[in-house]
Amino acid sequence: MPVLTRAFVKASLVWLALALIAGVWQQIPGSLRAGLHSVYIHLLAYGWLSQLIFGVALWMFPLYSKQKPRGSTWLGWLCFATLNSGLSLRVIFEMLSAYISSPIIAWMLVLAAMMKWLAGVAFVALTWRRIRER
Amino acid sequence: MPRLSVFFIRASLIYLLLAFTVGGLLLVNKGMMIYPYIWRWLPLHMEFALMGWMVQLAMGVAFWILPRFSRGAPRGTIWLLWLSFILLNAGIILSVGKSLQVPSWLPAVGKLSELLGILAFIVGSWRRVKPTGA
Repeated sequence: MPVLTRAFVKASLVWLALALIAGVWQQIPGSLRAGLHSVYIHLLAYGWLSQLIFGVALWMFPLYSKQKPRGSTWLGWLCFATLNSGLSLRVIFEMLSAYISSPIIAWMLVLAAMMKWLAGVAFVALTWRRIRER
Repeated sequence: MPRLSVFFIRASLIYLLLAFTVGGLLLVNKGMMIYPYIWRWLPLHMEFALMGWMVQLAMGVAFWILPRFSRGAPRGTIWLLWLSFILLNAGIILSVGKSLQVPSWLPAVGKLSELLGILAFIVGSWRRVKPTGA
């Protein structure tokens, strides 16, 4: 299994555990949970499931070429870095935004949105040409 | 990779980009208001992410890797699975109408089309879920 896939899969397992912790936290009566439900859903859908798919797809999809079997390495790491930093920013600042109103928080949410979008674009750019008929 | 899987998986990548784009705009709007009615797009984001990206990717990969038949058509009744691809994608496009203020019956037709697409996929794939070589 390539290093990049291992990073994606292990990160997805960490996000899965965090999602379930968020799920438990939501059930505690009187806990501070404003903004947590959206975070919980995104931890599951993007942190765990999409990230697991990204890692396994980069490993298992038909190879790009003999010289570069899985395409551009730096693009793969860019995808990993932007997905995880975007999601981390979202978790922190989406929950903060439920309690505090500040331009810094607002801009951090914009930055989180841009990073996650960039991760999606990088993944599509990396895999599109590997999806081909044989 | 068979042609139908290429169609399923590339369509899922397009929906991934759409889901990340709409989701990014929703998150930006949480930070700074760009359009007050943007929350009407939430069902669009969910439909693209769940049915367009995740379900469709799973269907494309399943058609590719499930055990093949040793006699007759190796991947079973292909026309039924093409029908499933067409019905699912028509369904997704019609379903997102609920975010775009179209006649209320149109999303219902979309959901029905999605259901028929999934049923066609189940019928077309059922017998391929078997021990290898059987």
